[in-house]
This record gives sequence, C-alpha cells and structure tokens, in this order.
Amino acid sequence: MTVSAHPLKEKYARSHIKRTTTCPGCGIGTVSQAILRAIDELGLNMDDFVFVSGIGCSAWIPSPFYNADTLHTTHGRPIAFATGVKLGLPDKHVMVVSGDGDLTAIGGNHLIHAARRNIDLTVVLVNNGIYGMTGGQTAPTTPRGIKTITSPYGAMEHDFDISPMVVAAGASFVARWTTYHPRQMTRSIKKGIQKKGFSLIEAVSQCPVQYGRASKLGGAVDMLKYFKESSIRLTKARDMDEAQLQGKIIVGEFCDREKAELSEQWVRLRCEMTEDE
Amino acid sequence: MHPNRNILTGTHFEMGNWACTEGAIAAGCNFAAGYPITPASEVANFLAARLPETGGTFLQTEDEISAICSAIGASWAGCKAMTVTSGPGISLMQESIGFAVATETPLVIIDVQRFGPSTGVPSVGLAGDIVQVARGSHGDYQIIALCPERPQEMFDLTIRAFNLAETYRVPVFVMADGFMGHMREQIMIPEEDQIEIKNRKIAQPAATVLERQDFQDVNVAPMPVFGKGLKAHVTSSCHDEHGMRNLSDPEVMHRYTMRPIEKILQHRDDIVRVEVDCENVTVALVSCGTVSRCARAAAQLARAEGLQVGTLRLQTVWPFADREVRAVAEKIDHMLVLENNTGQLYPYIKAEAAHACRVSFLGPQTLGQIHDPKYILGHIKEMIQ
Repeated sequence: MTVSAHPLKEKYARSHIKRTTTCPGCGIGTVSQAILRAIDELGLNMDDFVFVSGIGCSAWIPSPFYNADTLHTTHGRPIAFATGVKLGLPDKHVMVVSGDGDLTAIGGNHLIHAARRNIDLTVVLVNNGIYGMTGGQTAPTTPRGIKTITSPYGAMEHDFDISPMVVAAGASFVARWTTYHPRQMTRSIKKGIQKKGFSLIEAVSQCPVQYGRASKLGGAVDMLKYFKESSIRLTKARDMDEAQLQGKIIVGEFCDREKAELSEQWVRLRCEMTEDE
Repeated sequence: MHPNRNILTGTHFEMGNWACTEGAIAAGCNFAAGYPITPASEVANFLAARLPETGGTFLQTEDEISAICSAIGASWAGCKAMTVTSGPGISLMQESIGFAVATETPLVIIDVQRFGPSTGVPSVGLAGDIVQVARGSHGDYQIIALCPERPQEMFDLTIRAFNLAETYRVPVFVMADGFMGHMREQIMIPEEDQIEIKNRKIAQPAATVLERQDFQDVNVAPMPVFGKGLKAHVTSSCHDEHGMRNLSDPEVMHRYTMRPIEKILQHRDDIVRVEVDCENVTVALVSCGTVSRCARAAAQLARAEGLQVGTLRLQTVWPFADREVRAVAEKIDHMLVLENNTGQLYPYIKAEAAHACRVSFLGPQTLGQIHDPKYILGHIKEMIQ
C-alpha cells in the first residue's frame, strides 16, 4: 500500500516514524497540524524549538513525531521540566504540548505557577474532557452529569474553566478554540509562539472513543458539529448571562498583555551581575 | 564569568551548608532549583545570592517535584544543574529521580537529612534517607550517593558529585545531615587550578537519531543536549539506545533497565571510596556520615585502653562497597555497624560480612542524639567479652 504523506510531515516529522498512536477520529491530528502550520507560517525552524510533553494521548503530538529536541516527561510535570529548559536556553522557543488531565489535574500546580512567573513557554493544552489513554475516567474538565467509567452514576464535581483560570494566574496570552476552528487555533498558536511571556492555547478536542461514548455525543463528526453549534465567541459571550451560556464553549482570545517575563529578567540580571568587574 | 568570584580560595569558618554551596559554584554549577525546607534551606538561600554573580540561575519552585523536574530540564539544556532538599522533599522527588536515571541525566541532589518519619524533627540530623535515595523510585536501578562527614567534605564531595554526574550522566546524591549542614568548622577552599572539574561529552549531529547512540552505553554515551540541532528524543518510557520508545521488545526492556545499572557497577572502582583503618584489629566500626567522627573517637578511646579496634568509613554509600566490607570482615572477629538511624545499611553490610565475622548494629543511645564515643566503647567491651 502506498501512502502519500502530508507535506508538513515531510518537512517536520522524524523520517523513520511511520505510525501514529491516535484512534480514528481523534482531534489530535488537527491540533498537531495547527502547531506545525503555525511554525511553518512563522518561517521558523524545528531547531528553534524544544518540545516538552507529559503523559497522555496528546503528549504524543511532539514525541516521537516532531523532528526536533523533544522531552517526554513524567505525568503532570512537563511545565516544570520546560521551565528548566527555558531558563537554560532562553533563546529557544519552548513549547509544551499535553492534555487536560496532565496539565490541570496532576500538574495543575505547575500550570498556575508558570503563568504566575510569566515564563516564556507556549503551552498547547489539548482538552478532551476525559482521560482517554487509560480508558475514559473522569477528568477535572468533565462536565457535571456525564457518566464515565469512574463516575458511572454521573460526574458530581464541577469542571475547571481552564482559560480564565490561567488568565487569573497571570499569563501573557490565553486563547481557546476547538478542533472545529483550526485556522483560528493556528493563528493563536502563532501569537503564542511570538509572545514573550507565558502563553496558553486551550485546544478543545474530540475524543470520540472515550468522551463521545460517555457523553453520548457520538462519533468524531457529531462531536465537531457539537463544537460548531455550541461555540460562542468571547466578544458575544460577554453580553450573555449564565443561563444562556449553559453548555456553551466560549472561544476566542482571553488575554493578550505585556508583562515582565522571567527568562529575560534572568538574562538581564546575569549580565548586570557579571559585567561590572 | 569571573573565575575569581567562582572560587573563594582561602580558609573560612562557615557552616556545612555554606561549604556545599561553594562546592557547587566551584564545580561549575549554573542552575539550581529548590523549595524551602529545614535543615537544607541555607544551601538554596546562599545559591540564590551566589549563582547570579557567577553567571548562573536560581529558581525557587512551587514544590520539590518542580525543583527536580526543572533541574533535569536545565541539565538537558546544557546546564550543570542541582537541587537541594531534605527527606520529605526527596520523598516528593522520587518519581522524577527515576526519570533522571532512565534518561541518563547528569544532576546533583543535595540531601541535608533530618529526623523522620513524616514531618518529624526538621532541625535534628538523622541518616533517615540512606535507603530511600537508593531504592525509593520505582523499578530497578543503581544510584551514586556520597556521604560527607564534616563541612569541609560538603565542599569536596559536592565537587566530586558534579564530576561523577558529568562523567557518568547520572543523578548523584550528597548525603549530609542537619548536624553537619549547620555545624561551623574550618573550610579550606583550594586554588582554582587545584580543583579538578569534569564536563559531559556532547553528541555529534547525525542525519537521524537512529544513526547515533544517545543512550545505554555502559561506557557513557555522549549526551545529545538540547539547543544544538541534535534533535534528541528523550523519554522516560522504555527506549532503545537511540532514545526511541519501544514497549514491545523484551530485549529492549532488558537493556533499558540493565545498561544504566551496568554503567555504574562496571565503574564502581572509580566511584566507590572508603577509608579503612583496620590494620591488626579484631573489631571494626563501620559507619558513614557524621557518625564516622564518633566511630573514630570511639576507636581512639578503645585503643588507649589496649583494645584492637579499627574503623571502616563508607565515603561512597552507593553503589554499596561490597568488596571493601567483605575484605575487612575476613580479617576481623567483630564488625559493629554504627548508624544514626535504626539500621538502614546494616542488612547490606551483614550480607557481605556475616559469613566471616560477627556483625551487630548500634544506633545512637537515643535517636535524635549522635553516638557518644563512650557509649560505643561500652558496647565494644560487651561485644568482645
């Protein structure tokens, strides 16, 4: 069988990697394309980047596929590892790609503290609302009422609203899009890469195999239709009340602001401390 | 960088935690991450002031997990990286210490031990982490851990720890304790040219990682550090010698576990250092860390009374000095293991010595105190009767 590879694959993927680990209909391919298109459109090279990911399906976006320095870390910790990488290589773009379980449950503390520090990382957080790889357990992002394998009588807990939380924690740039919005997602990833500061791009993505089944939303196409129909632009959402926003996915750019960035401050301090002799 | 600022040549009267900091700076450390914890905090406090003026970076993290992870990240970014903590922090770091082992990451971890279990007594030294630093992360591995016995050695062995980390691409522990960390003694810092510094070998570019051995060489693969276009693939999942994940081939699984173990054990003669003072004795006091000073004092008291008592001090506690313990055991009648805990190294020592001599254990008279030499002497007398 001959397979024609996507031109982005030829350009940016390790040539010896032939297979993906994602299930049919997974949104990860769309997110991965958005990342690579962003890099391509910015005219950047893979050697300008270090990619760091944690544990879970979406942590496999850069590793092993991207032909770059990639660090696949312990569960929940990619932002902590990436913080050390960025402080050691302040001239490189350091991108974290991981899921909602990895970055907001076990790794939630690192997420809010990296945003507070405003260290120049670009975090692409793939939010599929469930633990996909381990078989469909409730995540901190699973909406109330959904029956998962660990909430068989319906999830009782409230879910995280990730993007506003990261804005509140102090990030420089925060955007949320779904896999129904690949072009907008690409644009925000470009902004995130260019932003000197902590950037979060929350990519709401479909997991038809686990979440689709649990939520009864159906397959990949049904889930994308759902994303289309329930997405509300942030600008529009501001004029809507809580009842109207029930079950909606607010998309758009939540913040874009200039703040002192950590790695740059370290470069400056080291220069000041070592040049005056 | 200003070498004159890096190495504070001269004689100082300072605490062990200060000596440790200066050892790290002298060794070329340029990244440290830490979270406040007694009795280790001073090392981080001093590093926060010293690293910027020597061209380095200090990061105070949100917890110890973040500290070890960011230090590993910095090491892959090409830095000489370290973290410093005490027992509770080590407990939190364990998972990612295993990451450093599996990904062959050079790193120094300073453990200024305190009294446990749990929160315990922060300001009282106890050798509570001796086994957890060697066996605390899941899976099978070998670790290097050095045991200073005085502030001077917190300087010397911190340098040695960085050199071993860089030479073998491994995490290395320095096992101090609260007594030693807070103890003030004379510390001699030599001239810069008298300090031996080792640096990691860096990998060369290749068309793909499949054409390069980045991992699992028992003679240490050059490290494909980030930022040099080497396109390194680093994962804590089971991987082959190129760093590529493989979760299906038992041969790869075997090498993934065994090669890092063999890397340390095949070079154990370069790593393991002991101090033996056991000529013509019938009793040997075996110890490491602060307790070694008590052991030496007790041996002196015993010899003054005409008893044939010697000492064996493990300056390297891991990998375990099996041959050295065995060699001493085969020449004596009694081996007395002194530890400031309830006997963490004792089973390891007994396994090497019990075939040849009587082996017994003696903790301090009261946990939380250090061994009184007279108390040790009393025990020796009872033992040899």
